Amino acid sequence: MIRTPTPGQTVGPFFGYALPFEADSQLVPVGHPDAIRLHGTVFDGHGDPVSDALLEVWQLDPDGAAVRQQGSLHRDGYTFTGWGRASTDATGHYAFTTLWPGAEPGKAAFFAITVFARGLLDRLLTRAYIPGDEAALAADPLLSSLPADRRSGLVATPDLEGFRFDVHLQGDRETVFLRYPGDG
Amino acid sequence: MDSAPVGSDMAAVSQATITAEIAQAACAYAAGGAAEPRTRLDYPSYRSSVLRHPTKDLHHADPEMLELSAPVFGERDVAPVEADLTIQHGGDPIGERIVVAGRVTDGEGRPVPRQLVEIWQANAAGRYIHQRDQHPAPIDPNFTGVGRALTDEEGNYRFLTIKPGPYPWRNHQNAWRPAHIHFSLFGTDFTQRLITQMYFRGDPLFELDPIFNSTVDPKVRELMVADYDHNLTQPEFATGYRWDIVLTGHVRTPFEEEQ
Ligand SMILES: [Fe+3]
Repeated sequence: MIRTPTPGQTVGPFFGYALPFEADSQLVPVGHPDAIRLHGTVFDGHGDPVSDALLEVWQLDPDGAAVRQQGSLHRDGYTFTGWGRASTDATGHYAFTTLWPGAEPGKAAFFAITVFARGLLDRLLTRAYIPGDEAALAADPLLSSLPADRRSGLVATPDLEGFRFDVHLQGDRETVFLRYPGDG
Repeated sequence: MDSAPVGSDMAAVSQATITAEIAQAACAYAAGGAAEPRTRLDYPSYRSSVLRHPTKDLHHADPEMLELSAPVFGERDVAPVEADLTIQHGGDPIGERIVVAGRVTDGEGRPVPRQLVEIWQANAAGRYIHQRDQHPAPIDPNFTGVGRALTDEEGNYRFLTIKPGPYPWRNHQNAWRPAHIHFSLFGTDFTQRLITQMYFRGDPLFELDPIFNSTVDPKVRELMVADYDHNLTQPEFATGYRWDIVLTGHVRTPFEEEQ
């Protein structure tokens, strides 16, 4: 029997004292030799930064394997849990310190990202793809189902420390947000 | 309070206007054919949502292996004592002590075992310990209003806390949120991630609140309302509320079908 899922509600304005925790956005310590940064800015429909958003990232380990490690909420500096949480700052900017995500053989690597914000009534899910492996990106079922202008917004931009991935909640450059078969 | 920059015209919007908007949206939904089991992202009566909702339809994606898994939490993450919000300071918090308990299952009714549940809430006076909460109601030095728990093998969770008060916000003139507890949940799949709010049966503010009513289907909205449960009530100690949570359908993989 299929049950109707409990609906989502906005994270509201007051999650800031409850959901963040120490090193929440540091999946590896900043000084880790293989650390990369995944960062960006969250924008609203006016192009203004959203300073009260919360993002979560979930990723495969560098070898392309699913991570099954507890310890995200109390990081020991050694265990890679594959999951992190980052609040946007006063300029709408978020940043994760993490490892380069692997992929399944022949598949495109990506970060799975969840977006919450005051004013956003339910969470949004999206993907930040890793650029570079053009064959894998071209073969990706989601990317190839999108027109070119929308597709480019899902591919992260390389920079000196890692990748930049901006989130546009609304507008001309609106990020592609996802619905999965079980969503109802 | 919601600190959205509201112009004077918007601040002047009355509860009657908001209530009429809510009723109009409900009428249109009842008259329309398509069921909406999810909360509406575009619900302008919640003023802050106007510039913060996607205007394009959510795009269909088939989950990859990554999205068919979810972060693992365990004893390293959460201590059992974190489920008791009444013992985090030197004294007893003020208010009605309540047990909030229930079961987390997926869309097929399977329990979600050993997974993280996070909650946060206002105190009995309707005040959050948050620097941006300017509601002139007392802060309770013995109540922070943040808890965490892991579900057990059958998907059950249980918190001991204080019944939160309703609180005012600046969405419109004389706007008040019904009493609620914010809940954050993970499933067995990344795609099941849920943040929602638990309400209390019979709250007179329900029909006035644009956030509650942004879930436009009345039957689905019911799923956010906890019921008083005398079986959870503890003699001489705390009243009990039961709230079961259903995450979205787990997407079966061929591998799992074989098992
Ligand atoms: Fe709240």
